[in-house]
Formats: sequence, C-alpha cells, structure tokens
Amino acid sequence: MVTATGRVAVISGDLGVSDRLGGWKARWGIGRMSYIVPPGLYAIGSPGQDAPVLVTANYKMSYDLVRSTMKGHAVWLLVLETYGINVWCAAGKGTFGTGELVRRIGLSGLEKVVSHRQLLLPIMGAAGVKAIEVKKRTGFDVRFATLRIQDLPEYLENGMLTTPAMRELTFCLGERLVLVPMELLIGLKSVLFVGAPLAAAYGVAGADFSLIRFWEALLLYLLAVVCGSVLTPLLLPLLPGRMFSIKGAVLGAAVSAAIFAPLTDSLTRREICAFVCVITSVSAFYAMNFTGSTPYTSPSGVRREMGRSLPLMAGALGVAVAILLAGIFTA
Amino acid sequence: MKGFRYLSNVATLRLDRETCVGCGLCLTVCPHNVFTLQAGKASIIDLDSCMECGACALNCPVKAIVVDAGVGCASGMINQWLAGFNIRFRKDSGCC
Ligand code: SF4
Ligand code: SF4
Repeated sequence: MVTATGRVAVISGDLGVSDRLGGWKARWGIGRMSYIVPPGLYAIGSPGQDAPVLVTANYKMSYDLVRSTMKGHAVWLLVLETYGINVWCAAGKGTFGTGELVRRIGLSGLEKVVSHRQLLLPIMGAAGVKAIEVKKRTGFDVRFATLRIQDLPEYLENGMLTTPAMRELTFCLGERLVLVPMELLIGLKSVLFVGAPLAAAYGVAGADFSLIRFWEALLLYLLAVVCGSVLTPLLLPLLPGRMFSIKGAVLGAAVSAAIFAPLTDSLTRREICAFVCVITSVSAFYAMNFTGSTPYTSPSGVRREMGRSLPLMAGALGVAVAILLAGIFTA
Repeated sequence: MKGFRYLSNVATLRLDRETCVGCGLCLTVCPHNVFTLQAGKASIIDLDSCMECGACALNCPVKAIVVDAGVGCASGMINQWLAGFNIRFRKDSGCC
C-alpha cells in the first residue's frame, strides 16, 4: 500500500505450508540462523494513520506469529533487525534495543505514516529498550503491552490495558515441548565424542572386544542424553530439587535403578556402578543445559549451580572411567 | 512464576528506595512480579524470582535499581569459560 513515505508491504495473516514447515525446521535447528525477514515497516490488513504500531524482531517465527495472531486486525508492524534472534534473546544481547528501535523508526519514516506517537512492544523487549530514551530521541511513547503475542488482540480490544495474566510468565508443557528438539540435538552431538569412546572401553573390558557390549553401552548413553535433554524439560516441575542438575540426576538415577535392578545377576557390581555414574552425570549435565532455555533462571543462580554440580559430574565420570580402565587391564 | 522456582538468595538485584520516585515502570517491565508499590515507592517483594534480565534497571528513570544482568545459561557460561583457555566449539549452544 502507498503511504506518506512511499510503499509499505502489506502482509497476509495466513501462514502457508512453507511457513509452518519452516517453523518446524527452525525448531530442529535446520537453517535456524537464516530464518529471517527483512527489517522495516509492514502493514497487516489496511491500517490507517491512527492504527496501532506493533514492534517485533526479525526472527521469522516471531514475525509469523504476530501476523497470524493479528489476522483480521489493521495494524502496523515495525520489524527490527535482530539478526534472526527472537525478542527475548535479542533484548538480552541489546540488538532488540533502544539504538536499533530509534534507527528503524527513522529509516521507516514512521512519524509520517502514523499520526499518533505510540509503539507497542512485547514486555520481554524491556530488557533491551529504554522507554524514556526512545521518547527523548524520537517522540514516540513506548508501551510494554503483553508478554505473549497471543494476548495482543485481547489487549487491543481492552483499550490497551495489560491484565495481570498478560504480565504473568508461564512455562507450560507445550512451551517446554517446542524447546526439546534443540536440547536433544545438542545432547546427541556428545554421543560420538563421549558416548562412543566410553562404550568402546566397555566393549573391550570383557576379554575380547564385544560388539554387543558396545551397542548396549551406547544405547544406555543415549538413554542418559534423552533423560537430561527430553524427559527433564518435560517433567520439570514434577522433579525434586531446585537445581536442574539435581532434577536430571534424580531422573537418571531412577531410570538406572529400573534398568539394572533385574540385571544384578548378569552384570558385575563394578559394571553397574560405572553405568549408574555415567547415566546420572550425563543426565544431570543435559538437564543443567536446559537452564539456557527457561524464562526464570538467573545467571547468578546458574553460576552457583555449575560451581556446585560440575565437580560432582566430573567426579562421577572419573569413577566410571577408572572402573572401565581397571576392567580392561584386568581382563 | 507459578510452579517454578530457581535458587534462593542469589539474585544481585538491589533497590535504593531513597532514590526511587515511585513511577511504577519497574512493575510494568518485570516479567516476574518482583516489585510492588508501597507508600509511593517501589519495594522488592519477591527477590528470589528475579531472573536478572535487567529490564527494571534499564528502564528506571532515576537509576534506583542495580542488577548484574545477563542470560542464565549453563552452556553459554561453559563456552565462555573454555574460550578463556582458547578452546572453541561451534557456537550453537541451546541458549541465545
Ligand atoms: S532484573 Fe528482570 S526479573 Fe529481575 S526484577 Fe528486574 S525486571 Fe524483574
Ligand atoms: S522504575 Fe525506578 S523510580 Fe520508578 S518505581 Fe521503579 S525503582 Fe522507583
């Protein structure tokens, strides 16, 4: 559509197959870093001079969510250059920040397109955007509207009132589930570098190299990764302990107990001990890794958790390696 | 946050009530309801739920709040720490 500053792209509120497939791929880390849209001003519906202006990041998944949520409304959408990072992470880095917002307002000629002076930002953007400075430099009022994009229609219908629920963070099963693929992929990478050598050592330990023993051990390692990176995130509020590593360790220990209890006759005590050490510490490690994806863990807390639990994990792995080596040399 | 609690007594958040002018902006930007307004001034009611995002400190007009802000992410910290020893992995940890 044509505005006072020239043409503005009108975007549709319908997500096509490629948008959905792209979102799914990004969740699995495929081409995630190039999943972007060009920054600038867009029109959803046919907004007039007094239509609200929403601000978001140029991560395509954020942009897609805004346009599908706002389908049927007439609003302006100002997309900031955050290099394909979502609002929350980009605000932490400062790319979704005061400087970029001020620059993008200028580049888009927003003050000529709309007659009012108000921008609606996601609350998660406040870690990067200093509202009073934006006001000083551009004349635009920044309003931190809602945490979730999904609440925007209700917010607008409410006469731009943020209800306590719109300000309250949630981290429900579905919100955790979408994060699991990336966690699992990160965990799987260690199978080659840590899991395979450990399994090989276990394979060698029984006199001749036994392929079956190797695969059994590798499978158990995989299970430990799944415990930490998939089951811990999903069961998060149900697992005991505040530290994520404790949650992961408890789960790892419980799963080991279930597996090895019926096997006490076929495996030696030392072998079982080595397995339990590896499974518990690997599960604890990938559980701890999940702190990076939750919206409530503070850096000071993570630092304390790492200081306490990394030495224990390293110690447990050390015990397992020592048992395995002893097995090789006494075989 | 309902149903979720991380470690206690670690958050570096500090509020100087003398300086605070009671504008309420910190209440607006905080995603964890850490503040409330009491007698025209902000006050911290739930320090342990602070995730140190820094939104309040950045937006406070009179700099009454200080917090050592950052993203709480174990793999990010491990990578930083390894980088100190000149060991680098490809940069695709779970966090941002
Ligand atoms: S740092 Fe973030 S979570 Fe902590 S009080 Fe400030 S706004 Fe709230
Ligand atoms: S933002 Fe600063 S001045 Fe305003 S209420 Fe909070 S602490 Fe007080």
